[in-house]
Amino acid sequence: MRGKEPLFLLLAVAVAIGCSFGSGVFNRYYLGIAIDVGINVILAVSLNLINGHTGQFSLGHAGFMAVGGFIAAKLTLLCGPACPEALRPLLFLGGLLLGGGVAALAGFTVGVPSLRLRGDYLAIVTLGFGEIIRVLFQTSEFFGAATGLTGIPKWTTFGWAWAFAAVTVYVVACLVNSTYGRGFIAVHDDEIAASAMGINPVRYKVTAFVIGAFFAGIAGGLYAHHKAVISPSGFDFLKSIEIVVMVILGGMGRTVGVILAAILLTILPELLRGVAEYRMIIYSLLIIVLMLTRPQGLFTFGKKGTVS
Amino acid sequence: MSALLECEKVTIQFGGLTAVSELDLRIGERELVGLIGPNGAGKTTAFNLITGVYQPTSGRIAFRGQPTAGVKPFSLSRQGISRTFQNIRLFASMTVFDNVRTAMQGNCAQGLGETLLRGRTFRETEERVAHEVIELLKIFGLERFRDTLGKSLPYGDQRRLEIVRALATQPRLLLLDEPAAGMNPTEKQELMKLIGFVQEKYGIAILLVEHDMKVVMGICQRIAVLDYGVKIAEGTPEEIRRNPKVIEAYLGAEVTD
Repeated sequence: MRGKEPLFLLLAVAVAIGCSFGSGVFNRYYLGIAIDVGINVILAVSLNLINGHTGQFSLGHAGFMAVGGFIAAKLTLLCGPACPEALRPLLFLGGLLLGGGVAALAGFTVGVPSLRLRGDYLAIVTLGFGEIIRVLFQTSEFFGAATGLTGIPKWTTFGWAWAFAAVTVYVVACLVNSTYGRGFIAVHDDEIAASAMGINPVRYKVTAFVIGAFFAGIAGGLYAHHKAVISPSGFDFLKSIEIVVMVILGGMGRTVGVILAAILLTILPELLRGVAEYRMIIYSLLIIVLMLTRPQGLFTFGKKGTVS
Repeated sequence: MSALLECEKVTIQFGGLTAVSELDLRIGERELVGLIGPNGAGKTTAFNLITGVYQPTSGRIAFRGQPTAGVKPFSLSRQGISRTFQNIRLFASMTVFDNVRTAMQGNCAQGLGETLLRGRTFRETEERVAHEVIELLKIFGLERFRDTLGKSLPYGDQRRLEIVRALATQPRLLLLDEPAAGMNPTEKQELMKLIGFVQEKYGIAILLVEHDMKVVMGICQRIAVLDYGVKIAEGTPEEIRRNPKVIEAYLGAEVTD
């Protein structure tokens, strides 16, 4: 059943959460975290496609997320009031897909410089790109300038977030176990050898960026409709780093590991709320220790190059 | 007769340095040609020109009658030029099986819809490709390594795998860049047999860059000699062995030992 593990994992977690729902222990606070987890799984798994499998180190994922978030939120704010109750899920879905689509377009534009740049240089370019997107939203009156958008309807339920997480994992898993995935990994391993073997590196890099950005855009839309308030400063490069950390901690190019890391790194800061002022110190220390002791990633099940 | 590969007065300059100067080279179908020369003579540069990694400053290269100017390496590979590398370049995180499978997909890449829906066409293509990979691995005695990482094979087998991977692209012309480098005499013997076998079985043309005189003289039908980017001689192994220019440029040291 190679390639099915991530789906089963997601399903199991979803069922577990569903069960605890009924028990009454699962209050709004936990539900909120569960939705955060779902959104972060989408972000981490989609970034893993770019950074992990294809080896194009991108620091601009928060930028794609912002595009999706602002587009989707603006759409529901504009059309929401006029939309009859029954059609709302449709409007929401449309908004998410539109946000994802525009983010994919942004991914395409970042993919193009990545054809010429490698490693650190590409990382800096994507970092700059993410910042440009953020500043564009910050200066745009249409998108609420520095304040951002408020009063976004809270439409992101547990089901929405986890359904999209499952779709993301499914799509990435399918891609990785196919000619696409082998193309991505070949480009990651050795671009020159890949092109000598008839693989067009340009095509695979751009594909990875477009698909990764699309799902980051979806995650942005879900995030906006979960928090009800978004501002450009929430999508700065620290947000990108946060997602990169999930990918590195989970193990570059290992989908199951990255899912687990996304879950862990979403829950961990919440668990550390008790020691509020030391929270970020403990969190950072944990990451340093983990990186020193498990540089290959925390959860390295199966072999690289396959889904797990 | 139109040759499979034709290089006419191919020159490439890097800044002020002329790495390859007015190179004329013709390779016919099913021919086994050697390209030799001292270190830095421009052999690998010639390879990179033929495979489209570099574009010539002047001159013309044609493959199967079609000029290759501006054609990207991946596209030339699909048209039938495949190669190995001087410093082995296997896909490090892939198994032996996947290394070969990846090289096959230039001819069998599937669409996004197929990939996501996993329909019958998708499964059948994957099965067919897997079957072809296994066949290829069996022919070259690499089947027992199929799930081993390519990188962890013994050195000689890595070279062999690189040749198998190049063959998986179904080339008409195979370029081998110093395949005997770092091999011991027994491995070299096996390599010579392997190259002969490949040429016979697949009926392809091979251009061989090599330092080892025994290997080149032993199997090539025709040899071209480069020195400082200029072709100083071309002929049968016998003619090359006797050519005073070649002896002076290159073989001088070899003859004495």
